[in-house]
Amino acid sequence: MTMLDSFRTDTRAWLEANCPHSMRTPLPDEERVWGGRNPSFAQPDSKLWFDCMVERGWTVPRWPREYGGGGLTPEEALILTEEMQSLNCRTPLFGFGISMLGPVLLQYGTIAQKAEHLPPIARGEIRWCQGYSEPGAGSDLASLQTRAEDCGDHYLVNGQKIWTSYANYADWIFCLVRTDTTTKQGGISFLLFDMQSPGVETRPIKLISGGSVFCETFFDNVQVPKRNLIGKVNGGWEIAKQLLQHERGMISRIGRAIGGTVPSVEIVARKYLGDADGRIADPVLRDAVAQHVMNDHAFELSLRRAGQESAVGAANGGTSSMFKYYGTEQNKRKFELILKCVGMNALGWEGEGFEPEELTVCRQWLRSKGNSIEGGTSEIQLNVIAKNVLGLPE
Amino acid sequence: MIAQAALVLTEEETMLKQSAHDFFTQKMPINTLRKLRDDNDPVGFDRERWREMAALGWAGILIPEEYGGTAFGYRGIGQIFEESGRQLAASPLVSTALTAAPLIAVGGSAAQKDDALTAIATGERIVALAFEEGSRHQPCRITTRAERTGAGYRLSGNKTCVLDGHVADQLIVVARTGAADDDPRGLTLFLVDTRCEGITCQRTTMVDSRNAANLQFSNVEVSAQAVLGECNAGYNLLEPVLDGARSGLAAEMLGSALEAFDRTRAYLNLRTQFGVPIGSFQALKHRAALMFCEIELTKSAVIAALSALDERTSDLALLASLAKAKASETLELVSNEAVQLHGGIGMTDAEEIGFFLKRARVAQQLFGDASFHRDRYAKLRGF
Repeated sequence: MTMLDSFRTDTRAWLEANCPHSMRTPLPDEERVWGGRNPSFAQPDSKLWFDCMVERGWTVPRWPREYGGGGLTPEEALILTEEMQSLNCRTPLFGFGISMLGPVLLQYGTIAQKAEHLPPIARGEIRWCQGYSEPGAGSDLASLQTRAEDCGDHYLVNGQKIWTSYANYADWIFCLVRTDTTTKQGGISFLLFDMQSPGVETRPIKLISGGSVFCETFFDNVQVPKRNLIGKVNGGWEIAKQLLQHERGMISRIGRAIGGTVPSVEIVARKYLGDADGRIADPVLRDAVAQHVMNDHAFELSLRRAGQESAVGAANGGTSSMFKYYGTEQNKRKFELILKCVGMNALGWEGEGFEPEELTVCRQWLRSKGNSIEGGTSEIQLNVIAKNVLGLPE
Repeated sequence: MIAQAALVLTEEETMLKQSAHDFFTQKMPINTLRKLRDDNDPVGFDRERWREMAALGWAGILIPEEYGGTAFGYRGIGQIFEESGRQLAASPLVSTALTAAPLIAVGGSAAQKDDALTAIATGERIVALAFEEGSRHQPCRITTRAERTGAGYRLSGNKTCVLDGHVADQLIVVARTGAADDDPRGLTLFLVDTRCEGITCQRTTMVDSRNAANLQFSNVEVSAQAVLGECNAGYNLLEPVLDGARSGLAAEMLGSALEAFDRTRAYLNLRTQFGVPIGSFQALKHRAALMFCEIELTKSAVIAALSALDERTSDLALLASLAKAKASETLELVSNEAVQLHGGIGMTDAEEIGFFLKRARVAQQLFGDASFHRDRYAKLRGF
């Protein structure tokens, strides 16, 4: 038995012994654990499972042990994911600290910065939000205007961010600010600060789905200590782009978190269209469903292949844009297809006369429209592929 | 508790792919296919080249070592197909190495294996599978009859689209020995000599400049020893081999899509209009990026299917249908876009990009097109 085989055996045994059975069920959005200064747990087992995984460092399996991680090699981390998938174990902790900030802090942070910020992320003690987009800086992100003025021992931050996901729940923000107005990309810096600092205000934005996952975030003379600058002054754009790759990787797995609750298209189709000799009764929609499910299957295989490639150091740099593009478009198509299968019953807004899942589908369908906009639009992803992967001229 | 299939190539597989790449680009580039076409070559491929491929061990990749094969498996043959697809190389790889060899290796009697497998591995013998009877892939729709006689069987019926049927030394004929006309039960495979009395052959020249044949069987007498595998159980033997053929062909189609895409990308950089390379136009960039995504998905589906064949996993049929459907859709997209993005030059016979379009449609139909495999995939998934 190789080392990896015994790691797999031990991991399986540990998961079997420590993951409560209630944590091996589909995970509804409202039961996700986000951690933070005021964490909430939907049920006692969520806390139990969370504590177990924190203790083992498996909320962030690849991070070094000294920063609260599991210290796993890429191959071991892949095995952990596979074993969690096969037992349907819930992801114990979500957060932009884990999926976006952590990886760039590991790359660009000083030892002191890593020691200060990584362990609280790994332990789910601090919840982070992302200050990127502004009212005038969407696809053209580098045109951002939020200013950080050098005041000797601190920066003074003024400006506005928008589409800041969960800013109203976040403890800290990682934020792109302008430190030089004479150049574009070269005048951006990467700052971290506490959302409880005086001068920070958030306002949730009501969306077409009725939900408010995004906020407007205002900064009015916010004082930020200089030690909270990551990387060099005016060197933030490189970090920003690196972080976007992690964000895109995360969004491309939308609806694919281990043990997610999004209904599968073929099950919905059978339920609403009926069954004729073991086949979905409507032949036209059946063909569309088959095509969708097959593309999903090929996409899953591609995610797995990319995981294996990065484990052996053969990763293709352009794949995060490809996965972001394809995964989000696929998720939108999925909800359009579900709507077609469910018909009018999927178009209820609230109240009586609909199953709870039907009302949820309607809201999820509307929410999915944002997938191909947030984290860089589909059009921007195609531009990135054309330039960085295909080498087409500017 | 087993590891998921590896979707990246091993070092050995990478080396095999590289040597296949070198062989096809140096010895069988597309202009050799053009020459065979323009010469009205009676064989339709270069026998000398086929012997060279056999000497490299490729004809016997699915043949056990005891019969002179290299037993490198489906992942191995997939790498050769991908590189062969890049140059649209015409050879008996599909008919003989990918289809007939595993049928005989798995289902053959000791005498059949002794007689055929070594001869296939050395490149001396071409064996073709005669199963289709219509214009579209319907593997169970078999009306060719095999009637029991005193000493053996008597075959009667018509077969279409027999790849390399016009030059084959032997045929594997799928015939009905029982059950209704579209029932997978009641099928039997026969390994017969093409020189048997009563077989007539009409060569069909296809749009991809490769060849197939329509074969007519009129009271062809064969011995009982000609049965390949068990009587009435032919489909059990045939189906996994068809899945192998679908996956190998999908690898060829992936190679063709990659090459057509690379050539198109080069043209977008080269061709200038309005004073700039046309590849700088966003409308064309986005179409190229979309093709890239579809090709990447196809790559994953193909390697997963090839692995499933080698590991004989329970999702083998599902993955083979996924690979063939995805490769068919992707190559249709890429071959069409390649011609369009080449503009007027893409419509000329002198430019090679049109060869990809022509081969694409034939490869799409062979062993089932995308809609056949969507239907099959849905059935296998229970919807």
